Amino acid sequence: MTIPITIAPPTDTTATESRAPIYLDYAATTPTDPRVVDAMLPYFTTIFGNAASRTHVFGWQAEEAVEAARREVAAVINADPKEITWTSGATEGNNLAIKGAVEFLAESGKKHVITVTTEHKAVLDTCKYLERHGVEVTYLPVDHEGLISVEQVAAAIRPDTAICSVMFANNETGVIQPIADIGALCRKHGVLFHTDAVQAFGKVPVDVDAHNIDLLSMSAHKIYGPKGIGALYVRRRRPRVRLAPQIHGGGHERGNRSGTLNVTGIVGFGFAAKLARENMPEESARILALREALQARLMRIPHASINGSVAHRLPGILNISFAYVEGESLLMGLKGIAVSSGSACTSASLEPSYVLKAMGRSDELAHSSLRITVGRFTTADEIDYIAGTIEREVARLREMSPLWEMVQDGIDLSTIEWTPH
Amino acid sequence: MAYSNKVIDHYEHPRNVGSLDKSDDNVGTGIVGAPACGDVMKLQIKVENGVITDAKFKTYGCGSAIASSSLVTEWVKGMSIDKAMTIKNSDIAEELSLPPVKIHCSVLAEDAIKAAIRDYQLKHGISEPSPE
Repeated sequence: MTIPITIAPPTDTTATESRAPIYLDYAATTPTDPRVVDAMLPYFTTIFGNAASRTHVFGWQAEEAVEAARREVAAVINADPKEITWTSGATEGNNLAIKGAVEFLAESGKKHVITVTTEHKAVLDTCKYLERHGVEVTYLPVDHEGLISVEQVAAAIRPDTAICSVMFANNETGVIQPIADIGALCRKHGVLFHTDAVQAFGKVPVDVDAHNIDLLSMSAHKIYGPKGIGALYVRRRRPRVRLAPQIHGGGHERGNRSGTLNVTGIVGFGFAAKLARENMPEESARILALREALQARLMRIPHASINGSVAHRLPGILNISFAYVEGESLLMGLKGIAVSSGSACTSASLEPSYVLKAMGRSDELAHSSLRITVGRFTTADEIDYIAGTIEREVARLREMSPLWEMVQDGIDLSTIEWTPH
Repeated sequence: MAYSNKVIDHYEHPRNVGSLDKSDDNVGTGIVGAPACGDVMKLQIKVENGVITDAKFKTYGCGSAIASSSLVTEWVKGMSIDKAMTIKNSDIAEELSLPPVKIHCSVLAEDAIKAAIRDYQLKHGISEPSPE
């Protein structure tokens, strides 16, 4: 099914391609599905009440819509609606889950957190913050495929471990961790298990019971919903998870998160969740086929390598490096296509992707990486176009590359003494 | 990241991509940077009677790095070695309207031309570096 989308061309008129830009960065964000926008509209001007207003129909109608959305979000992960707490997004959800759990359990002497080096900054920076406040954090290293093992978690668990946080699927590589097994292990040891499921929610089956999850972060803008709204799943039975709220002011959301609810955002999130759940089998199969077609073509380029486990990966994310070509220069050659790179040049800090480095990738391969995400609106034509463009640009940039020249001359680059400035 | 039109021009139509014969006595080769930093420039000059008659480059790096090295090869053709030695990264950055985060690309290009000149000078027994 094709949904007409008008994508505005960039206002920077330096792009000379006449074709409209193609969006292939769905892991970064997604356009809000027009059907979701339609569902949200009445809640701006007509059903505009505060969902907490108990005394009139404006409030009741808003509340009804919020509860309907709550049911939809819960259904995606086989949770009870009472276990869904609305947040402003997954960054807030990650903060609430980890800080909230640690703060609540501090009294019982739990002051240790386990997480992974490849987590999103929302988790890593939260952990760094907690470290400055007396909490000890173990950052588990990943293997070259980006995976951790249950044994690693087992070895890290201590009597004073409060919570273990492992993201379901990585945002840069798409790699999926052994969540169910880690969850079962944590459950056995009385350690709370949190997973940042932002990239996985609505794309692959996620079941809070089957996967033994206690806390789970979700975000609407990754599943064709609006930005600025997310939810945190907080388990209520076996065990009952208690959190110290991070935002105070009225006790909304069962005391977990105060603040007037973003009704329009919630309605959008609920509808997006419904669409995701209903379409998941067909859509993820279609997206997987497109990604695999692109992957097969790109892997025919010499010295191309995929970053992250191929077997345990989301349908839509492809992270691939082309040796001897720098990522940002490749991106420039892909004008008219929106993708991202693990190259230092594309980050504000000039540091290459920490996720790729954690997987043991050399700085060069991190600099030469592209992340391409296939999504709901991607077509086979677009895949064809990007594959052809990448093939051409990689060849052109290699002609300009002194590294490629040395490699063609049979020089082993690792033997060269470079003179960095 | 908005690139200046000049950077884009050099990226899409780079001047003087290629190689000169390293073993030629009249050729000076400078290789600067490191793959780990995401920037490597190879700049070569052919010198006849103290004047640069040809220049070629190959660069592994972002658009600004490619443009900086391409620009340098354009500038030095026809320059005396002494004049080429005075090229400043600030001139390159200004010409290409490089943003602050890309200034280091112009610095590397300045290093590259100086390295190429020094290599040529060493080949001809001029061991004393020219004044900076």
